[in-house]
Amino acid sequence: MSTASPLPTAASAAKNRETLLRILIPILVVVALVLIWQGLVTATGVPQYILPGPAAVARSLVTDWGTLAPALWVTTQITMAALGLALLGGVGIAIFLVQSKWIETAFYPIAVILQVTPIVAIAPLILIYAPTTQVALLICAFLVAFFPILSNMVQGLKSVDHNLLNLFDLYGASRWQTLIYLKLPASLPYFMTGLRIGGGLSLIAAVVAEFAAGSAGAGSGLAFRLLEAQYRLNIPRLFAALVLLSALGVVIFGITSFIAWLGLHRWHESSVRREN
Amino acid sequence: MNTTDTPPSPSPRRPLVVMSNVSKSFSSGTLALSDMSLTVEGGEFVSLLGPSGCGKSTALRIIAGLGDVTAGTIDWPASRINARGLPEGDISFVFQEPTLMPWQTVFGNVYLPLRLKGISKTAARDTIMTCLDTVGLKDFAEAYPRELSGGMKMRVSIARALVTKPKLLLMDEPFAALDEITRQKLNDDVLRLWRETGITVIFVTHSVFESAYLSNRIVVMKARPGRVHADFPLETSLERGPLYRASEDYRAACEKVSAALLDAMGGEAMEMH
Repeated sequence: MSTASPLPTAASAAKNRETLLRILIPILVVVALVLIWQGLVTATGVPQYILPGPAAVARSLVTDWGTLAPALWVTTQITMAALGLALLGGVGIAIFLVQSKWIETAFYPIAVILQVTPIVAIAPLILIYAPTTQVALLICAFLVAFFPILSNMVQGLKSVDHNLLNLFDLYGASRWQTLIYLKLPASLPYFMTGLRIGGGLSLIAAVVAEFAAGSAGAGSGLAFRLLEAQYRLNIPRLFAALVLLSALGVVIFGITSFIAWLGLHRWHESSVRREN
Repeated sequence: MNTTDTPPSPSPRRPLVVMSNVSKSFSSGTLALSDMSLTVEGGEFVSLLGPSGCGKSTALRIIAGLGDVTAGTIDWPASRINARGLPEGDISFVFQEPTLMPWQTVFGNVYLPLRLKGISKTAARDTIMTCLDTVGLKDFAEAYPRELSGGMKMRVSIARALVTKPKLLLMDEPFAALDEITRQKLNDDVLRLWRETGITVIFVTHSVFESAYLSNRIVVMKARPGRVHADFPLETSLERGPLYRASEDYRAACEKVSAALLDAMGGEAMEMH
């Protein structure tokens, strides 16, 4: 029950202040940590090839942008393409699996085997069979991101309210209608969970696969630039690559969370603020 | 009523649904219904009453075609039958829970039965709004289920059941989870609908008072295995409504139903009379 607040302006002012603090506090914490880092580096005089200060990392970010930017773009492309394919594959195969108990019995173990095999272990094989290194990286990232989406979708498609299924039966709904109007919307929260996990994993897998592949040259991503910087003892650049990878991860998290909010905020409990 | 000057009706009045010697056992081996027969005429308000586990919900689901019978038949003498042996569009079901799709608005939920029939939203709009008006939720068409109270959700569920203009409304303890005041209000709403639309209602409940208030026929069931124990009409010259609740007729009806229910629950000793 909502009651009219006697002081609506005071209430909205308090809400605004809370929003402001919500943004300010994390920023202040990060700034404080960076300052402490810089202070420690300056005070102890650690050489730059062991621990560069944030200023050196920032400098490297600017001076090496010409090398790092194309690498960032390559990693972004591989991550996004892998996530896109994993979404299509995960949802498609989940729909296929739940069509009958026998289909699930037959194929689900294969999906599990693909998932539990460490990706680093099969990366060399994929490198042999894939036409180019980029395709190999894409396959690796896809394999890792695909499973959480699949398993969440299977779970979602199977957790539909039985009474609603009965209702659809009662009105003579076709298999297709039940899928479109009931099962897919009902599994949307599960899909969003899979999307968020898959988004994070596809970036991790893209990096790990590139470590394993050890590709070089023009088409290489951030992971290779990171290794390269380490070999050359260019530690500020290594940190700069790391910062870019983190930033990419944060952006992916932000986008997937926003998509989840868009899809669920009007009806799902997870996106509704508790009022009491 | 004098019918001598009207031409003979092409189809004489036939019962709406006939359950003949229906048995139902679950895969666990439980015999839920044993040799149950029940004939319901058009326009009746039948309450299926009984102790928990007597198979009243199972009987309702079987009438709706949710689940097969182990033995016996269900016939629909007055309806056109589809491939699944059901008079499609003629039956609606109201579950114990509102059973709404949380991702759809009130309008979208009521639209569902028509949407499944392939009727466009614009063509369905008037029917949907009329049904929402009937249950007093016209202003909530764009609300989502989580924004509604339990009673309002149940009203949406009833509006959805009415949107196909069914002949038979099956209700499975629809108001069991609601508070007393809301329940009485919804009981009056259902009675009003029944009077205004001439719909036939089969109402499953475990409440003596609810069944005595609502129905003009009581079917008491007995448990393990489920079967019909008593079947009698409830006559009253009063219109069922708030006034009826305070009347001597209602008190007598409650006593009659209560006695029949006690008898059904009496166990083996009562059975050997």
